[in-house]
Order: sequence, then C-alpha cells, then structure tokens
Amino acid sequence: MMAFLELFLTFFMIGACTFGGGYAMMPLMQEQVGIRWGDIIPQEAITDFIAVSESTPGPFAVNMATYIGSEVGNFAGVWGSLFGSFCATLGVVLPSFIVILIVAKCYDRFRNSAIVKGVMTGLKPAVVGLITGAIVSVASGVLFPAGVSLTVFKTVSFYLSAVIFAVMLVLAMKKVHPIIIILISAVAGIMIGYLGLW
Amino acid sequence: MKNKWKTAWQVFTTFFKIGAFTFGGGYAMIPLIQRETVDNHKWVTEDDILEIIAIAESTPGPIAINSATFVGYRTCGVLGSVAATLGVVLPSFVIIFAISFVLRQFQELKAVQYAFQGIRAGVMALLCKALWGMYKKNKKNWVCYIVMAGSFLLTAVLDVSVLPVLAGCAVFGLVTAKIMERKVRK
Repeated sequence: MMAFLELFLTFFMIGACTFGGGYAMMPLMQEQVGIRWGDIIPQEAITDFIAVSESTPGPFAVNMATYIGSEVGNFAGVWGSLFGSFCATLGVVLPSFIVILIVAKCYDRFRNSAIVKGVMTGLKPAVVGLITGAIVSVASGVLFPAGVSLTVFKTVSFYLSAVIFAVMLVLAMKKVHPIIIILISAVAGIMIGYLGLW
Repeated sequence: MKNKWKTAWQVFTTFFKIGAFTFGGGYAMIPLIQRETVDNHKWVTEDDILEIIAIAESTPGPIAINSATFVGYRTCGVLGSVAATLGVVLPSFVIIFAISFVLRQFQELKAVQYAFQGIRAGVMALLCKALWGMYKKNKKNWVCYIVMAGSFLLTAVLDVSVLPVLAGCAVFGLVTAKIMERKVRK
C-alpha cells in the first residue's frame, strides 16, 4: 500500500510543480523516478517511453504517469499495475484540476496579480535551464553508456547515435512529425543492429 | 437538473474524442479544443480560449488538463470539470496501460532492443526541438539568461535537486519583477 501512496504523492508533487506543460515536467520526473524507482525504471526506459508517448495520443504527463505507475505497481500483478497507473495519473492530474477550479472563480484577480507575473518571470526561463540539464543527462546515457571517457570515440555506436541524432534534429526543425522521426530512428536502429554495429 | 447531466455527458464525450485524437498533447490539443468547444458546441468563446492558454501557462500542471478543467467549468460547473478532465485522460490511460504490458512482453526481443537504440537518439532530437521552442517563448533579457544558466548549472553540474532550484527561480523572478517595476515608476 505504501508503494501506491508514494506513487500518488510523488506525481501529485510533480503535477503541482510543473509550469508550462509537457516536457516541462521531465526534469523533476527524471530526478524523482531515479531516486525512488531507479532499480525498476532505468533512465533509458524513460527515454524509450518518451518515444512511445510521442507516438500515442494524449498528453505527455498522463502518458508518463500511467506508464510509470504501471511499472511500479507491476510487483503486485495486473491489478497492481492498474492501481499503480490509477494512483500516478490521479496524482498528476489533481493539482491542476484544483488550481484551475480556484482560478476559474476569480480569474480577473489572478490575471492582474503582480505575484503570479513575478513568479512566472523566474519560472519560464528556469524550465529552459532545467530541461537543458535533463537533455544532457539523456544524451550522456545515449552517447556515453559506459560513462564519459575518451575510449567512447573509438566505438562505432557513438558515431552512429550521433549521426541519427543530427539527421533527426534537422528533420525535427523542418517540422517533420514526431511519429515519422521515431519511425525512421527505429528502422535505422534495427538495420544497424542486424548489421552487428551497435 | 437532467439537462445538466446531459451537457456533462456531451462534455465528456467531446473531450474523450480530443484526448483520443491528439498526438503530442498540450499545445497540439488547443486547435482541436477550439474547433469542438467554440465552433461546434459554442460552450465557450474565442476569447475564453486565449484566456485558457494564458492561464495554462501560469498555473501548474499539464496544459491539456488545465484547459479541459477550465472549459468544463465554464460549461456546467464542477460537474463539467470532472467530465472534461476524465474524458481527456481516459483514452491515453487505457492505451498506455495496454502498451506497458505489450512492451514488457517484447522488450527481450533483439529487434525491439535495436529499434530503441536508434529511437533514443531520435528522442534526443525531439527533446532539443521542444527546448528550442520553449527558449524562443522567453524574453531576451539578462534576467532570463541568468535564470537559464543558473538553473542549468545548479542541477546539471552541482547536482542540486529540482524543487529548491524552481523555488529559488520563482523568488528571483518575483524580486527582479518588483525592482524593474520600481525603476519604471521613477
């Protein structure tokens, strides 16, 4: 039972501290999942699941909460998974639900509040800095799986990952749909794998 | 009374549809919400949608949930909020729950492992693009640059946890906003 309470509370906190939606919750989620469930959900699993989340409908936050809840609750079987997903999703949804209900009632006071404006002046750029940190952490896992060292420059897989990244970045900037980008990277990954180059 | 439940059911099915057909979540949902709730059902106005985006950007939580709760409330109170939020969450909850099981079955397969090896590099590209989008939305002044650099260095280099950094940036923003306001008044 404690595991499920922890899921709910952790995702409640993540939901309450995410400003800007979507990827803005990634840094905190990455950190908290690493601390609490790092043994069940390694960082690559989160990266992999971002791809799944991009290729399925629905908001990123709900997708991630449902997935992590299901993985954490899996120790108690199917029903444990279901209840885990439920706790995490409820947790991530509830803070914004409550806040919006309050804001909807006194919107004008909220809109003109100097405090809200001031706080957002700091939070908007903070999210950019934090996500940069999260991406660096993902990148070091992808490009330097065995830790950052010079030997990595002798491995083929480092260059292959770097090339896939560079090509996909160009495609992403040209507004190619994320699903197409994920599909191309998957096909590239499979081909490289069967050529024995990873 | 009966009417209220009927509207709530309509709100639920509308947001269920929105949740089931938007890929990418959040901002990708706004045009669909607009078409369904402004043009089709006339529950809210064009101005309400702009209001919602402004609110969603300055309140915590996912934008999809924020806008669903807000539109639901405008339509038929708390009942509407519950209906809309439940509707927008349910499709992805069901789909992802199913996928988490499928993934567990297939993650041992060689082909799946190879595919994800490639996908991870692709996800990095998607993340960088998302980051670029968020960067562009910020004002280009020294306060923003200091906060960006500071929050990055604190978490990525000095290993400070995310929450205290967020709190610190909020206070910093509040203080600088106050100082700048005073300067303008003078």
